[in-house]
Amino acid sequence: MSYLLFQVSFVAYILAMTVYLVFFFTQKKYVRTLARKLFFGAALLHTANIIARLVEAGHTPITSVHEVISFFAWSIAWCYLSFRWRYTVKNFGTFSSILVVLLMLVSALAPHAILPLSQTQHSWLFPVHASLAIIADAFLALACIGGLMYLLQERELKQKRFGFFYSRLPSLESLDKLNQHCLSIGFTLMTLGMFTGYVWARQIWGGRNWHWDPKIVWAMITWFLYAALMHQRFTMGWRGRRAAVVTIVAFMAVLLTLVFLFKGVHGHGA
Amino acid sequence: MARDTIVLLGVNHKTTPLAVREKLALAGGYEQPLAALRRLDCLDECFLLSTCNRVEVLFTCREPDLARRRVLDTLFAGSVSREEVAGCIYQYQDREAVRHLFLVASSLDSMIVGESQILGQLKEAYRFAAEKKTSGMVLNKLLHKSFSVAKRVRTETRIGASAVSISYAAVELGKKIFGDLKGKRVMLVGAGEMAELAAEHFVGQGVAEVIVANRTFERAVKLAGCYHGRAIGLEELVEQLQHVDIIVSSTGAPDLILTRKDVAPVMRKRRYQPLFFIDIAVPRDLDPAINEIDNVYLYDIDDLNNVVEMNKSERDREAVKATRIVEEETLKFCGWLENMEVTPTIIAIRAMAEQICRDELDRTLGRLGSLSEKEKKSLEKMAASICSKMLYHPIRYLKTDHPCVDQQKRVEMVRALFNLDRDGGEGP
Repeated sequence: MSYLLFQVSFVAYILAMTVYLVFFFTQKKYVRTLARKLFFGAALLHTANIIARLVEAGHTPITSVHEVISFFAWSIAWCYLSFRWRYTVKNFGTFSSILVVLLMLVSALAPHAILPLSQTQHSWLFPVHASLAIIADAFLALACIGGLMYLLQERELKQKRFGFFYSRLPSLESLDKLNQHCLSIGFTLMTLGMFTGYVWARQIWGGRNWHWDPKIVWAMITWFLYAALMHQRFTMGWRGRRAAVVTIVAFMAVLLTLVFLFKGVHGHGA
Repeated sequence: MARDTIVLLGVNHKTTPLAVREKLALAGGYEQPLAALRRLDCLDECFLLSTCNRVEVLFTCREPDLARRRVLDTLFAGSVSREEVAGCIYQYQDREAVRHLFLVASSLDSMIVGESQILGQLKEAYRFAAEKKTSGMVLNKLLHKSFSVAKRVRTETRIGASAVSISYAAVELGKKIFGDLKGKRVMLVGAGEMAELAAEHFVGQGVAEVIVANRTFERAVKLAGCYHGRAIGLEELVEQLQHVDIIVSSTGAPDLILTRKDVAPVMRKRRYQPLFFIDIAVPRDLDPAINEIDNVYLYDIDDLNNVVEMNKSERDREAVKATRIVEEETLKFCGWLENMEVTPTIIAIRAMAEQICRDELDRTLGRLGSLSEKEKKSLEKMAASICSKMLYHPIRYLKTDHPCVDQQKRVEMVRALFNLDRDGGEGP
């Protein structure tokens, strides 16, 4: 049942992305309206999928690779929608929907059997820690997309060669605002996620509270990267190109952390 | 009786130099000239449009040649000689006139194709004609149609979307950098004509403040006054960079007035908020290396020209689409005009038939003498029904669409058959 919902929402995301791409090329307004509706519908279906999976498994579905990536895609979709509700950034939907579809593809390729919880995952802190971290990553992913869009647009403006993207991308200012918005929320959630992770680690490992585990090390590096960026942004007024570059680099660190997630200490149950 | 001819007389920036246009422009507003035109009894309806790029006179009349002479004398007699006017004026009739008006309304005939001002000017001019009741059924319909054509062109093509003047291109770039120009500060360095034009565009976008820096302070104060802005001396230039967002430079200085070294330290103080430099001076005022600083964008006159050129080619593509829309709407409007001609023709036929009936009845009844009221009534009825049965097919022929003979032809034919225009020959 839940997997059927997954497949249906996957197809809906693909449709939404296709329509968004059509809008990207043709710039016809009614196409965008359709794309938005499709994307919203897909996100609703995806929500139903996750709830169904929760009921089937009896625990928050963020244990297997399939579940984590799917949850990640779901978070990005809803973070995008929450952002859309407050600001408009031209063609941001196109880029976001591509990322969501890519993640859904990875998720679909991973084995989708429901895994039992491992010993350590029985704590109530585990779902809190994991979902906070993943939602934080979703905001950071959006910041990264915004950064990429910024660099594309900035390049055209600096080099004064106006190509395909110039008219299709929003203004630098709105992309920078997007960066700030997503970073502030993403960083806050990430900090909370790290903190709950720390408490959870104390719970299961007792006094031995430091593991030289690559996942944890990378998570710390990532956190410091974002902390530095936030610091520079709010005290020095860093913005624009430099902020965009650091956002993208830091997100690469997030992705590396995710790769280690499925190997290191967190993979104990799998 | 044929329909009135729609005539459009005008001069525009393509046919007439500014020196002449200035004299022809109706500087004193529309009221007096409209009142003067209304006094001409050769015109049925009339409408005037006068902007800095064009003067258009639109009217309907029976005899276009006579009306043309009268109208030109009325409007321009005082200012320009007849020969000079005749040399630059263009005249369109009916379908051509309709098309020209639609082209003007949708800004395809403008100096800057796609600019949106003209529609507002047209509506304003129409307001006067409507208030003074100089426009009647045909022109009202025509002008309303021209507004909707302009709207259609605007929504279905991207003709208005591209920037085709340097100042406009600068505004467009500014929007790509700042998103919204509201609340931004503009500094003009040099107070020449170009700077003024650029300032005009930026003020139109709602910038918060205009600051003018100029070699001669007096001129700076004067220009700043136009935009409720501030004037500063050229020495304060670098200091002011911290507070402004857009700098338009157009001085006649032979050397650079700002270099990379001047601008780079300012960025830190500005907390890296973007700066947009526009250098429209030749030789250049600003060091090209300024563009290399992060969050600083420098465009010189060539860069802006490239934007304009790029937009022009896009606009030309859109203009083809827009022209197609105008053609389509012109055809539709002419269709409406033709329809309008059938009705008076039918009325004329009926009136003629009725007249004949009446005459013949009077003669016959006079000769017969003693008839009861009832008998008279029956005779009248019979005559009337013979008439209407005779006319049934000709009228149907006029009204219904015919695959091989167009309406204009049919109207002409029926008019000739019944001699409705009384062109020579004896009546029945």
